[in-house]
Amino acid sequence: MRVNLVEPLVIQEENRLKYKSVFDIIGPIMVGPSSSHTAGAARIGRVARKLFGRQPKRAEITFYGSFAKTYQGHGSDVATVAGILDFDTFDLRLKNSLLLAEKAGLEVILTTSDVLTEHPNTARIKLSDDQHQIEIVGVSIGGGKIEVLEVNGFDLQLGFDTPTLLVLHEDRFGMIAAVAKVLTHYRINVGLMEVSRHDRGSRALMAIETDSTISPEVLEEIRQIPHIFDVSLLSLN
Amino acid sequence: MFRNVAELVELAESQGKKISQVMIEAEMEVSQRTRDAIMQDMYANLDVMEKAVRRGLTEDIRSHSGLTGGDAKKLQEYMKTKPFLSGPTLLNAVSMSVAVNEVNAAMGTIVATPTAGACGIVPGTLFAVSDKLQPSREEMVNYLFTAGAIGYCIANNAFISGAAGGCQAEVGSATAMAAAAIVEMAGGTPEESAQAVAIAMKNMLGLVCDPVAGLVEVPCVKRNAMGAAIATVAADMALAGIKSVIPTDEVIEAMYRIGCAMPNTLKETAQGGLAATQTGRMIEAKVFGVRMEK
Repeated sequence: MRVNLVEPLVIQEENRLKYKSVFDIIGPIMVGPSSSHTAGAARIGRVARKLFGRQPKRAEITFYGSFAKTYQGHGSDVATVAGILDFDTFDLRLKNSLLLAEKAGLEVILTTSDVLTEHPNTARIKLSDDQHQIEIVGVSIGGGKIEVLEVNGFDLQLGFDTPTLLVLHEDRFGMIAAVAKVLTHYRINVGLMEVSRHDRGSRALMAIETDSTISPEVLEEIRQIPHIFDVSLLSLN
Repeated sequence: MFRNVAELVELAESQGKKISQVMIEAEMEVSQRTRDAIMQDMYANLDVMEKAVRRGLTEDIRSHSGLTGGDAKKLQEYMKTKPFLSGPTLLNAVSMSVAVNEVNAAMGTIVATPTAGACGIVPGTLFAVSDKLQPSREEMVNYLFTAGAIGYCIANNAFISGAAGGCQAEVGSATAMAAAAIVEMAGGTPEESAQAVAIAMKNMLGLVCDPVAGLVEVPCVKRNAMGAAIATVAADMALAGIKSVIPTDEVIEAMYRIGCAMPNTLKETAQGGLAATQTGRMIEAKVFGVRMEK
């Protein structure tokens, strides 16, 4: 007799469930035709834009996997650029984003890559102007939901469903405690926290998902903490 | 919070609640928002769905590629003029599901349920079954919460996108979600909803994602049509007391394993299945304006 052992399915832990809300399933309201290749692409573009903080002059987009093979049919390029222009998934201007980008003086360079990525729908976006540059890697995991796996070379895993605080700081002791102290003072609850760094002692990126929104004065107070280089707050909702 | 369908049914039945109410309460807990705020957001989704159904049934919808559009109207016309074979609720569900998916293919505004590629099935069955059952507007919103609860279980234990798990994950999930919601609207129990999920999903297992030219059109629109039909019949079967031998969560697990075993050519890459047929390739060449090579 031959017995085939079936490995048990790994159920994700509750706080790491990919889909947390009923509106991840029934939603988003969006312009068609694809939630992963249109709405998801737009959301990845919008995260990049929000991280950049203003309209960039140049957008370099690289598509991998299914994005690379089917972007024309799904309008993934159009949607990504719409996101970079800060349009939401249901914004009817989405369809004309390439023209609107040209009018706004945004140069778009699109590349497709054959490199294998872990997730089929992966996009790398680099935004820049004369002073500033950012780069993110985002994946569209289905139903319009996205995850950002890399921010400026730092490995992370962020969904941006809730307000997310990104703190770039020197990699040294006491940084997490200093930021946490400010959040505690304002009674802001932390849902999830990730820290990523390049090399020990260099720069590190702290990502904090919070349950409530964070006011500008709180951000300013965090910005005043010694050894912190940059603070930004991002949310897609 | 529930993590799978068994836990969802247990929560609902032990408290004597409907699946939709368990979902609303879970959402209140997770999002820390009021019931009113959550209901308002779902009413907004319902309004968008209703507009999409109406557009698809009344306007001349045609996608940019010209491959899809007009079939929802064709079916309505047929129902008015010919002695059609299957029942009016079933054909209405099919026609309305096609309507929404045609609007999506034409870059119209829709609600992803759970995705845009499968966006016809939940609203299509909802409005068709509502024509028969005449529910209140609140009951129609509850339908979406019940569908969402099932989608939530599938998404967190398997996948809901064609790129990740094939069409079984996308149209399959939407079909299972709709089947459960129909059962609840028709007065069935949470357990009967779960049975409808299993019966519907079993008939979607193995379905590949093979869109011609990578467009969400062929065969997506017709798969939405048959998804609506399977959802409606699965709901009737469950309401009749028919049970799935394989428990619902194990059917979802089977879907997950099949999706993992599916080659990439059949996961929304437009490299296999219908996309790789002679006609599929010819359409692809025409859509993208490239020369066809042998």
